[in-house]
Amino acid sequence: MTDRNDGTTMTDGGTATPSTLDSVRDSISWWRIALYAALTVIGVYFLIPIEAGLVTSFKTGESVIRTAPYAPPGPGGFTLDNWTGAFDALAPGLVNSLIMTIPATVLGALFGSLAAYGLTQISWRGQIPILALFVAGVFIPYQAVLVPLSQFWSMIPLEELLSPLWALPFFHPYQTDLVELIVTHTAYGIPICTVLFRGYYVGLSEEMIEAARLDGASAFGIYRRVVLPLSAPMFAVTLIYQFTQIWNELLFALILIGGAGSPAAPVTLSLVGLGASLEGIDFGLRMAGAFLTALPTLLVFIIFGDQFARGVAGGGT
Amino acid sequence: MPSPDRTDPHETVRSRLRGLAERLTPGSDDRSSDDDARAVRTDGGTTVSGGSGSTATSQGGWLRSLRKSGFVSSLPFWLPPFLLMGLFVYGAIGWNFLISLTDMEGFGDPEYSSLDFEQYTELFASQTFIDAARNTFVLLVAFTILCIVLGLVLAILLDRTIRFQNTFRTLYLLPFSLSFVVTAQLWSWMYDIENGIVNSILGVVGLQPDWIGNPQLVLGAVIFALVWQFSGYTMVVFLAGLQTIPDEHFEAARIDGASTVKMYWRVIVPQLRGSMISALVVLMIAALKAFDFLYALFGQYRPAAGADILATFMVREAYSNQNWAYGSAIAIVLYVLALLVVIPYLYSQYRRGEL
Repeated sequence: MTDRNDGTTMTDGGTATPSTLDSVRDSISWWRIALYAALTVIGVYFLIPIEAGLVTSFKTGESVIRTAPYAPPGPGGFTLDNWTGAFDALAPGLVNSLIMTIPATVLGALFGSLAAYGLTQISWRGQIPILALFVAGVFIPYQAVLVPLSQFWSMIPLEELLSPLWALPFFHPYQTDLVELIVTHTAYGIPICTVLFRGYYVGLSEEMIEAARLDGASAFGIYRRVVLPLSAPMFAVTLIYQFTQIWNELLFALILIGGAGSPAAPVTLSLVGLGASLEGIDFGLRMAGAFLTALPTLLVFIIFGDQFARGVAGGGT
Repeated sequence: MPSPDRTDPHETVRSRLRGLAERLTPGSDDRSSDDDARAVRTDGGTTVSGGSGSTATSQGGWLRSLRKSGFVSSLPFWLPPFLLMGLFVYGAIGWNFLISLTDMEGFGDPEYSSLDFEQYTELFASQTFIDAARNTFVLLVAFTILCIVLGLVLAILLDRTIRFQNTFRTLYLLPFSLSFVVTAQLWSWMYDIENGIVNSILGVVGLQPDWIGNPQLVLGAVIFALVWQFSGYTMVVFLAGLQTIPDEHFEAARIDGASTVKMYWRVIVPQLRGSMISALVVLMIAALKAFDFLYALFGQYRPAAGADILATFMVREAYSNQNWAYGSAIAIVLYVLALLVVIPYLYSQYRRGEL
């Protein structure tokens, strides 16, 4: 990062004279006031749906109708029932989503890292067609593989193959569907993970690998001792991205699990239709459910958002 | 070739690694090495790809160069992921195409003995398909352009601030972390006819449109919500691009007496081509998943008329009506449309030596 935009370095070097660039970009102070005003107004656009959803999730049904959607619940209008109700409705889904997302994210990132490492070792020409297939794999509309996917998983007797597992505690036959989802998400995650890691590895391939090879290290030794430790920033980006993508995915879950009624339904599936009934929509319950569903990825972004933005800056896409 | 000098090879490796680790630590103030590396890489790429057209190496030489560069030793690393991905991606697409040539429907298995293009002729004659294709196109173009414009404006504004930059950045990026399903639920509340925010603001002028039920309005409402979710991400990409532009370019433009707007438009924006491409990549992937949003917004396979896109049309035909072969044919059309974007992208990456 350059330090011209980094508040911390500016305050650290408090005595440093501002560079010419600062004087170019930040010459007039009323400009800056207008700038902050504009940023805040746009910030409102980004925040309002989140804020409105949040206050609504704490309102009683009556208060939802009586108060403005962005106003806090009025006197007597505050309740936690929506959150407890949403938690009861979504808890199994949250557990299923975790079971599904964590292995698929880690496996996808690991496969991507391995494939990218392998591909940076091949000479330029041999690499191009293989790499092109990986890159093109990123842009698959999932609709284009749905019907074969349904066919494929209905042909594989997965539940019988996994039968030794069901004798263990915490394992249940309905989780077969989750294993299907883990394999599916890992496979479709490989292209983007490979592309992300490769963009990062071309920068370090030549001299690094040559040096370690002179050292007599095997290909796997180089990967484990040299490349993997240097991959940490890219692993952060890839894990954040894939975790978000897989946690948030709906279509594969819908097709492979069948519906929100299944015990293996991930949380996105349980959330669709939450609070809807013949009398109308219970928006308080629906908003609480939406925030429960979003909580893990929101936390990941609040904690690692900066790292993610920095990694995006350093690693291309 | 053993090197003539007698230094400890471990030491050289270690010192090289140290240099590299320093170069790669995120947040290091020195970006120039990074730029150098990129310059070298693209140069190398173009010269090599330029050369590959004209070289006429024999088969043996080609194989030898592969072995020398570690082709065999690289296999265990990339082949297993490649096979797993290949089976699920390309194997499945091939199979999907095969199914689209049958007349599989209901609960029967596909009959591979008689193949024809009947599903496709039926599809291209269908008004639903034409409407869905048009909506897909409008959604894709409007969504992409709006996200790029808003993201670029935000990035330029943020690039000029010093305080709170990280706060704003994280704030704008928050919607990107949400699921399409969550976004759909939030906006179903925003667009609620009687109590939603949009209509309580418009109520002042006496308007209360049905954003989700009205076929004229629904596509715009969907696009607006999707732009809300993704423009923060495009901003981050452009911000990263802006911060790699050397200060001299700003100064040069300033000395030439260019106004701020002109400076950005003429000098800075053209240099963001790389950022533009990587932003487009992510927006493409997002637009392909718009099904999730529509399904969650309407709670069923059938969105309101006016918001039916190829993705929803396909899933409805295959999974609601069990017209598997017909659905597969729609999927193939969708895939061909995606290829129309992907192939030029791959080619441009190849030309730039990025592949």
